[in-house]
Amino acid sequence: MRRLPVLLPLIWVCSVFYVGIFLFVGGFLLVRLEVNRTSTCADILSPGAQVKGDFCLSEPRFRRAVVLIIDALKADFTRYDPENTAPKPFENKLPVLDEMGSLHPSHARLYTFRADPPTTTMQRIKGFTTGSLPTFIDVGNNFASNAILEDNLVHQLGQVGKRVVFMGDDTWVSLFPKKFHRSLPFPSFNVKDLHTVDNGILQNIYPTMEGDDWDVLIAHFLGVDHCGHRFGPDHPAMAEKLSQMDGVIRSVIKRLKNDTLLVVMGDHGMTDTGDHGGESQKETDAALFLYSSSPLFSAPGSQMEPEVVPQTDLVPTLALLLGVPIPYSSVGQVLLPLFPQNGSRSAPTGLSQAEALWINVKQVNRFLETYSNMAKDIPPDSLSLLRADFSNISSQYLVAVQEGRLPSPDLVVSMQNYLTSVRETCRASWARFNPFKMAAGLLILGLACLLCCVISELSHLVIQEGFLKLPIFSGLVVGMAVAGVQLFSQGYLELSWCLAGAALSSEVLFLWKTRRVSPKDRWCPARLLTPALLVLFLRCASLLSDSYVIYEGHVVTFLLLTLSVYIPLRLNWDGLLVPLPPPDTQKPPMQRQATLPSSVVRRETTVLLVWLGVLVGSLYVSLSFHNCREEQGSCQPSPFLSPLSRVQDSQLRNLHYVLSVASLATWVYLLHRWLRHYGNLNCSTVSVFSACFILPLACVGMGLHWAVSATPEDTFRNLSELIGLAHVFLPRAIFCVLGLGLLLLWVDPMTVFIKSRTPVNSRGTSLPRPRYRASTGISPQAELHHLIPQLYQRIRHSLEDGGVEAGEVDDRPAVEAYGLGTVFSAPLLLFCGLLGLVLLLLHPEGMALAFLLLLLEAGAVLHIHACSTNLSSLSIHSSGYSVPWASVVSWSLAAAQFFHATGHLPTFPSIQWGAAFVGFPQGHTGTVLPASLVILNTFSSHILFAVGCPLLLFWPLVCEVRGTRSARSVGGEESEDAVMEMRLRESPQKFSSALLQLTARYLFVNGAQVLASVCAAAILRRHLMVWKVFAPKLMFEASGFIVSSVFVMLGLIMVMRVDIAVGRLFKKLLPQNSRLFKLRNRNKPHISAIRLQATPQVLAEMWQQLLSSRLVLMRLWHRAKSGVDTV
Amino acid sequence: MWDVEIRGMASAHAIVASSIFLATVIPAVFLENFSVYGSHMVWLYSVAGSVAVVNIAVFWLLGISPPTKKNTLSFKINRLFRSCLYFLLSCLFYHTVVVLYGAPLLETALDTFSLAVLLSTFTTLRCLCILGPNIQAWIRVFSRDGALSVWDTSLQITTGCSLVGAWLGAFPIPLDWDRPWQVWPVSCTLGATAGFLTGLLVAPVWIHWHRKLLTYKLK
Ligand SMILES: [Zn+2]
Ligand SMILES: [Zn+2]
Repeated sequence: MRRLPVLLPLIWVCSVFYVGIFLFVGGFLLVRLEVNRTSTCADILSPGAQVKGDFCLSEPRFRRAVVLIIDALKADFTRYDPENTAPKPFENKLPVLDEMGSLHPSHARLYTFRADPPTTTMQRIKGFTTGSLPTFIDVGNNFASNAILEDNLVHQLGQVGKRVVFMGDDTWVSLFPKKFHRSLPFPSFNVKDLHTVDNGILQNIYPTMEGDDWDVLIAHFLGVDHCGHRFGPDHPAMAEKLSQMDGVIRSVIKRLKNDTLLVVMGDHGMTDTGDHGGESQKETDAALFLYSSSPLFSAPGSQMEPEVVPQTDLVPTLALLLGVPIPYSSVGQVLLPLFPQNGSRSAPTGLSQAEALWINVKQVNRFLETYSNMAKDIPPDSLSLLRADFSNISSQYLVAVQEGRLPSPDLVVSMQNYLTSVRETCRASWARFNPFKMAAGLLILGLACLLCCVISELSHLVIQEGFLKLPIFSGLVVGMAVAGVQLFSQGYLELSWCLAGAALSSEVLFLWKTRRVSPKDRWCPARLLTPALLVLFLRCASLLSDSYVIYEGHVVTFLLLTLSVYIPLRLNWDGLLVPLPPPDTQKPPMQRQATLPSSVVRRETTVLLVWLGVLVGSLYVSLSFHNCREEQGSCQPSPFLSPLSRVQDSQLRNLHYVLSVASLATWVYLLHRWLRHYGNLNCSTVSVFSACFILPLACVGMGLHWAVSATPEDTFRNLSELIGLAHVFLPRAIFCVLGLGLLLLWVDPMTVFIKSRTPVNSRGTSLPRPRYRASTGISPQAELHHLIPQLYQRIRHSLEDGGVEAGEVDDRPAVEAYGLGTVFSAPLLLFCGLLGLVLLLLHPEGMALAFLLLLLEAGAVLHIHACSTNLSSLSIHSSGYSVPWASVVSWSLAAAQFFHATGHLPTFPSIQWGAAFVGFPQGHTGTVLPASLVILNTFSSHILFAVGCPLLLFWPLVCEVRGTRSARSVGGEESEDAVMEMRLRESPQKFSSALLQLTARYLFVNGAQVLASVCAAAILRRHLMVWKVFAPKLMFEASGFIVSSVFVMLGLIMVMRVDIAVGRLFKKLLPQNSRLFKLRNRNKPHISAIRLQATPQVLAEMWQQLLSSRLVLMRLWHRAKSGVDTV
Repeated sequence: MWDVEIRGMASAHAIVASSIFLATVIPAVFLENFSVYGSHMVWLYSVAGSVAVVNIAVFWLLGISPPTKKNTLSFKINRLFRSCLYFLLSCLFYHTVVVLYGAPLLETALDTFSLAVLLSTFTTLRCLCILGPNIQAWIRVFSRDGALSVWDTSLQITTGCSLVGAWLGAFPIPLDWDRPWQVWPVSCTLGATAGFLTGLLVAPVWIHWHRKLLTYKLK
């Protein structure tokens, strides 16, 4: 087969898709420009008003501050309800906050502290130190925290000479390198570790507080968050952790001095499963507790208390209370209750409410001016409105100050309103899109889908040499030209436009070129109006509605079910499902010319219906493995999703364990059984070795690993070291073993056992004569066609008849090849099996059952496809091995379905981060390995179905109808015996084009879904749900496409490697004694007479020779034909 | 002869369609607080019942039912019994299929079963009336050239339309519009009924339109 002509168009199409995705995402995802300016004490915010600087102008209210950040301290955790007699593990565990609030109402306050999404820890630290709104695109940065370059509170504290001491989550150290006076970081990434960070803080915080070597103490506790991730909030461990925090707060309060402010806060909340990252209220609502030993607040009820404090507001408040400048890009608003209503209160010196607000307003205004000069993304009308607001406030305030009276409460309110509206404007306009890039991306993606369609329909043309030269070359030229023009006119290069130019031009040229092919080959879109593509269309349309995206798992299942039910209905409609009645005289005879014998039809129909049952059953069962989105109201996440160590009932845990191990064993058994059935397990090559030993070994290892990880921590205290070691080494060993298996399979993908054996004449049973009809011997081509079948058939007979000897008359050794019929599918299947185990290891244990269902469902789709192909093979005289759309669409839908059925969702909080710790319970140093583990976990179903995609091409051949004997009785003529996948080697050209077509179709189906979610994001970019539903969906769909396309190529290359290996095998049997054979050939007019008694060498030689002579003949034939045509 | 048959079928279809209409209107007159959404089950069974009765009556009167060789009483009773059994089995079959398509397994089992009854009335009952309790014939009818008369073609069309209608009816369920007809199984029953009505309407027109192409074997 031809390798480059198949791979090149696919690589080209994939890169065009990538360019489209890159362009669109670049234009769609929010970008906020960072203002790299910092505030200083000497800043004069409004020119001419004062001579002194605006910040740091008076003695600060507090000299020192203790900031306790309890990660994921949800607002609910801090509420205290004395009437709650049966509190849940997370309720009523922090009574200190309530006690202080009621005992000392002027010393303490508890607020709900609302974070801005994304609620990931790094974004939140960024948010409550800079006072700004980190954007969506930062979500992925949690793996590698980068230093914060924007002006921030830590920097400001350092500028005025405050000694900041930090202890806790080591994210801070990477965010603020060299900014702390002293820092005690502890590793944060290991979610399973509840105590290291907290204990580290507890050992150091009290000595530090009692010492005098600090001004601001920041302690970031991670235990509550990790407890949430590990066990969920509703777990006894959470109660323990919160009670510990209660003790910490009490001890800290005891040690507070009068000049010290205590801030206890959560950076975000958590969902009911203990995760965070999204924007549901459960995730955004944290708690904020403020306390001081000296009176801080006015009596409750004397002024308006905010219900909810936005997280950005902490920055200006702390800055002004501690007497440091407000960071430059803060858009927060000072928290008024912490400032006296008028400056004349007896409390220590400090700013009054109006003064603080005025400074705040001026600072925000300055930022707004700077930002709007830098970036043009704030709409001018709202900007001018804000400017008018500011000048109004400013004149009123200055008048009041000049007249020596206090600013009126109305002015205070209008200043507050101004600050709120600036914040809202910023939030709205940082959802900034680049419409040109979005449109270009959309166009390129749309054309790329069209391209896939054209390639799939014209695969036999595209595969010709040089068809793609012009488009690719012109694409490169245009890309360079765009780059040149940019460099010439602008002086810098914007990569995305070069790529866009290249992609677009090559797409257009290709489409234009296909327009010019002969009308016979012309691609007609009407052929695509099939129900399978209607289902695909519905699937794509469903991505445009948020409800359907939320219920995507069910929608995909529904569509897949519809498509698979459609197949037998359609077959019945065509009259192919049931054996036909005896030939009908009234019907036109041409319709009845070729029929399968009724027994074959009946058997195929039964097989089809049985597999349909399996498919439907596994679809239905797989629904119970779904996870829940927060938008799905009354949904319970699958119990199989939680790791076994979280299951509290030991009996249930054992049951789950047994179930998982049983399904794992079944997975391995099914693979083994299949390979054995088709004779692929006989040889002693490395790939078979991997099937025979590595699969069971990995299976045992995984069972052990699950057993170890499921044991509760405190059961075997004396073995804890051993268990710890097992946590590290067991998964790594399994990874290594499976990786070795994959590698061996990749290096030597042949699973065929060729064996020459000496005949045993004494048996005397005669071999069935190779049924080859020589009547077609007139045409040399026809003879050639049957040669390989002969070889194969011979092999198969010797296999079927067990010990029956090969040589009948001759005593030459015969050849036996086991597994030649599944030479392509066996290694591919084994590859998928090994890969599946790797991926399963990255999942919670309970998912083993889901993976087994995946295997069953894939098998069902393949068998349904094979049966329907067999049933319709005679009525539709399809040339080549074209895989119908229905099968490709259901294959892709199955991939999407198992994305959901393995507990994944297209949302960021539902990413199974635990996958990064399989085999690495201590966390990672780099970012590449954990990221790739998480990607493998997230897209495991995409990966498996993509690698297995070529199986769709092979399966009808594997399940080839072998009803020859009965066929003869009905049809009255001999038909050739089953040759299974060897048939593909008869016509390498058709094989290549079929492979290209299949892959192009698979890419089209996936690409169309990407296109649909891109359209959804583009059209609905102002939709309420865009950041919650459509943008994450787009990211997942796009990454899923990229992963799928990479792995589909991998599967393709695997097939090519097998092809090379088979070619080499035949070459290895190259003849020495070909003379004899030639003579025989010359003497006998019919090849049937040869009966393959020659040695394997002879056979191979014959094959080689005839192949070459076939080429000559073909050439002659074509020349003759063209000669006739011209005449 | 052709026109007579088509006209007969069109009028039969009109009668069935009007029976659905009447089954919706008459309970509204006699029953208090009857509404299609509110008391959906009442509406459903009234439609199913009237369609069943009218179908049986029409086919009885027109004598469409397949010719029987034996005419004994016991044979007729056997036939009747088998028809009832098939109808029940078809209800169970539809129920299973609908559950597999995503209907709740236990909570609304009665509603799901009612949908199955309605679908059986629209499809299986007509099969029973036209073809008799003969599965082979049913399978034969639903193939490209399996129709032997205009009635078979109309059966193809109405059955297909009802099922497609019910299938389409499932589409609005996940949408967050909070309409009363989005409640399970209201949209599906409405879809099935609408599909059935469409089928009744379309069948005569379609057959009339394609009468040149349709060649039926003689019975
Ligand atoms: Zn956090
Ligand atoms: Zn967390």
